[in-house]
This record gives sequence, C-alpha cells and structure tokens, in this order.
Amino acid sequence: MNNIRSEKVASWFFLSPILFIHFFVIAFPSILSLALCFTDWNGFGKIQFIGFQNFQELFSDRVFKKAVWHNLIWTIFFLTVPIAVALLGAFVLTGVKRFQLLYRFIFFFPYILASVVNCLIWKYLFHPKYGLNTFFDDLGITFFENSLLTQKETSLLAVGFVDAWHFWGFLVVIYITAMYQVDESLYEAAEIEGASKWQKFRYVTFPSIRPMFVFSILIIMIWSVPAFDYVYILTGGGPAYSSEVLANYLHFQAFRNMNVGYASAIGALMFVYVFIITGLFGLLRKLDWEI
Amino acid sequence: MFFISRLKKFPIANHVILSILALIIILPVTILLFNSVKPKAEIGINPLGFPHEMRFQNYSDAFVKANYAKVFFNSFILVVGTLFLCIPLSGAAAFSLAVMKSGKRLTPLVGLYLLVGLSIPAQLYILPLFILWKFLHLNNSFLGLIIIYTALNAPFAVFLIRSYMLQLPQELFEAARIEGASNIQLFIKIAVPLSWPVFLTSGLIVALAVWNEFLFAVTFIYDDSIKPISTILFAFSDRFKNDYALISASAVMMALPMIILFVLFQRNFIVGLTSGSMKS
Repeated sequence: MNNIRSEKVASWFFLSPILFIHFFVIAFPSILSLALCFTDWNGFGKIQFIGFQNFQELFSDRVFKKAVWHNLIWTIFFLTVPIAVALLGAFVLTGVKRFQLLYRFIFFFPYILASVVNCLIWKYLFHPKYGLNTFFDDLGITFFENSLLTQKETSLLAVGFVDAWHFWGFLVVIYITAMYQVDESLYEAAEIEGASKWQKFRYVTFPSIRPMFVFSILIIMIWSVPAFDYVYILTGGGPAYSSEVLANYLHFQAFRNMNVGYASAIGALMFVYVFIITGLFGLLRKLDWEI
Repeated sequence: MFFISRLKKFPIANHVILSILALIIILPVTILLFNSVKPKAEIGINPLGFPHEMRFQNYSDAFVKANYAKVFFNSFILVVGTLFLCIPLSGAAAFSLAVMKSGKRLTPLVGLYLLVGLSIPAQLYILPLFILWKFLHLNNSFLGLIIIYTALNAPFAVFLIRSYMLQLPQELFEAARIEGASNIQLFIKIAVPLSWPVFLTSGLIVALAVWNEFLFAVTFIYDDSIKPISTILFAFSDRFKNDYALISASAVMMALPMIILFVLFQRNFIVGLTSGSMKS
C-alpha cells in the first residue's frame, strides 16, 4: 500500500516541473484572460466588471468584422491552394525515384526558414523597383507594377501567398508519408483494370490517405486563426486594414491601446472557435465517421 | 523498347512538374543569396541576376552595423537556455508517462491537459502573461523568455519523447527495478542513454523553433541590447530600408546556422516536425 503511494508521488515528481511551467505560462494567463474579457481593465487602473459589453462593442467594431472576414478568406485560401499543390506534388513525387530526396529537401526547405527571412525575400520580390516587376515589365506584364502588398485589393492574398509558400512543403511531407503506406497491390489491381493516373489517385491514393488529409484540414483550420507573423511583418494589417487579421488586431489593441479587456475578448472568441473545431473533429472521430 | 523502359524509369512529365515546383522555391532563395554579395549600387541595375561583382564585405558590414556578434550571442543564449530547461524536464515527464506504472495511468489526463494547452491560441494568454511577467520582473530578460519558450515547446517534446520511450523494452526496467534501482537511476542510467536519438530530434526542433520565434520575442524583449536575431533583423530591415545588399547578407546569416543543421540532420528535422505535430 505504502509502495503504491510512493510510486504515485514519484511519478508526479517527474511530471510536475514541466507541467508547472506550462501551467504558469499558458493555462494560468489563459484563465486570467477569460476572466478579464468581462472587464474594462487598461492594465493599470481599477478593474471593473462590465459583463458582455466588450463583446457587444466587438460586434459593432468595423475593423473587427473586417478581421473576421479576412481570417475566413485566409482559411479558405489555405484549405484550397496549398492543399491542392501539395497533393499534386506528393502524388507526382511518389512516381519518381531519381532525385526524390532532393525534391523533398527543396520543398521542405522554406519551412525551416524564419518568418522574418521569408518576408524579406518576398518583400523584395514584390518591390516594384527591384523585384519581379523588373523582369515581367520587360515582357509587357504589368501585374507586379505596384507591390501587391501595398494595394488594398491584393494585400491579404499576397501575405497569404508568402505564408503558404513557406508552409506547403510541410503538407507534401505528411501526404507523401501517408501515400507510401498505401497497399501496393491496390495499384497493381488498378493497373490491370486499366485505370488512368487520375483514376488511380481518385480511387486508390486519396481514400487511403484520407485520415492524413482530414488531419491537414484540421491543423489548417486551427492554425489559420492565430496567424500573426507574416501579417505583422509584411503589412502590419494595412493598407487601410485591407490585410488586418484577428491576431494582429488583438496585438494592436493589447500593446498599442492597452485595452486589456477588449483584447482579451478577441482572444476568448478565438479560443472558443478553436475549441469548437477541435471538439467537432474529436466528436466525428468518436462517431466513427471514418475520418 | 529500350527507350520506353528508360522513359518509365525517368518519367519526364513528373520531373517537369516537380522542377517547376522546385524552382518556385529555389529562385527566391537564390536571389536573396545573390543580393547578399552584390555591391549596393549593383542591385539597382541588376536586381535579380547573378552578381557581376562579388562583395563579401557585405557580411562583415552587417556584422558590424547590426552588432551581430552580440545579437547571435543573445539568440544562442535563448536556444541553449531553452534546451537545458525544456528537454530534461520534458524527458522526465515523458519517462513518467511511458515507463512508471502510476505515470502510465495519468497519461490520458496529462495528455488531455497538454492537448487543450496546444489548442489555445497564443493571443489569448500573451497579454495577461505580459502583465504577470512585468509584475515578476521577468519581462525584457533572457530568463523570462526562456521560461516561455520552455512552456511553448513542452507539449511537443513530451509527446515525442514519450512515444519513443514506449518502444523501449520494458523488461530492462523491470530487471533493474528488481535489482533495487530507484526511479531516478532508471531515468538517468537506462531511459536517457537509450533514447538519445529522440532527445537529439526534439532538441533540434526546439532549437529551430526558438531561433526563428518572432511573436514572443517582439513582445517581451524591448531593449536592443538583448534582442534576439529575429527581431533585430526585423528592425534592421526597416532602418536600412534601401540597402538591400546589407539586409540580404544579414538574412542569410540568420538562416545559415539552421540550414547547416537541417542539411546535417534532415531526417531528424522532417520526422520530428511532422510526427511531432501529428502526435499532438
């Protein structure tokens, strides 16, 4: 009996240091934040409980609504373009033997570069005086005449493109790992039936990698909400809020305006969204939806 | 016939697609590399092409102007400090979850806790954390940021190390237990030496994450003298807006240590980054 108890103490002895740090840095401030979102605290003065007023204000905040909309566009963009290109890349990669490791190395490469470095690269390439424009202008293509980052119509997608350029190699790697686990005999059977490449992909590859595909959708939906680095570094949310997203707006409200309560309300809404998405996927999995 | 079989071994259509995708990655990176060795004046005339004249002095210029020796040192301290705090403590927690009997029973509970922690967007807690750190005089200091980085990377490291330790032969631990070894001895003398590959992998991933981290660095460190390289480069690119040669050289210097590690340990990186996120 005593032995069991000492074993219990010992296992907590090993667990608790890292859990304590984690709780102190992440869980405790998160709980604080969930409480502060019902107050009008500015970080210094008195804390006053104001109920749902922050949320009411948020729902009539023009910039907040814009940011929500932009996060939605961002998510849809990431769910389509990088996933499609990565599926293509991974599928084609499984068809080649030579240089395969080299290609994989190259595709994954931007993922290990810092966001600051990637942003520098593309800020330069979008620069009308130096970047892509100097090349395309000679060909009579005026698409890059002004930096895509400084125009209201294109800024959001230009930032999204740079982030996706850095991120899609990650998708290639997880898809190709799944594709190599597909039963080879299925392909042979498809070959005998005379299936085309597309049919092989549609009826053999894709159903087999579906769990990984669903996983990639889940992480994109979760990671798209707190997207911050690329927006902050490339455009700062501008011009005229045309690339403003929730994380950047929260950072602005928190550290420029010192609106602690208001910023916490945005954070709380982001958390609720992520919580619902994760819960939904967990539920679907529990219900054996074969995802 | 011979030609067709050759063609099958080297499917041209596939390589065309893959080369185009590869070029979309390679060209922008190469242009950065070219610009980093061009004289400042050449960039206006030859913004995208191969440098006519190599000027490696850009690197030493950037090194002096941005005080890179100090900046590198700052980032280095953050990386090493986080590694020393995060990896042993995560390893201990993983050991408890994977090897110890009552620790195993705690796995669902601890796993759920870390999972919920992972799904919290940093923006939810960054502001209260900032106020808390200010109160404890931990903001604007290496130690404060190291503690934060340790917490941020802990779930990933715990999950990754645990899954490796689960595959260790349990009889080894049983035998040592019968011999009267304590848990600490089991951890230090058996679990750690046998799990060194996963310690290497998680160490590399944590080092990469800390070296590249931006959000917490830009929020918690505001004295130029202790800023890490990511935020210095960000400030630098603003200050020397028109000197792309200098900026490019600094960017290459920031990327280089991680590129070297990536080339040396490519497999560890890819497996760690992908399986780490899947396990969590």
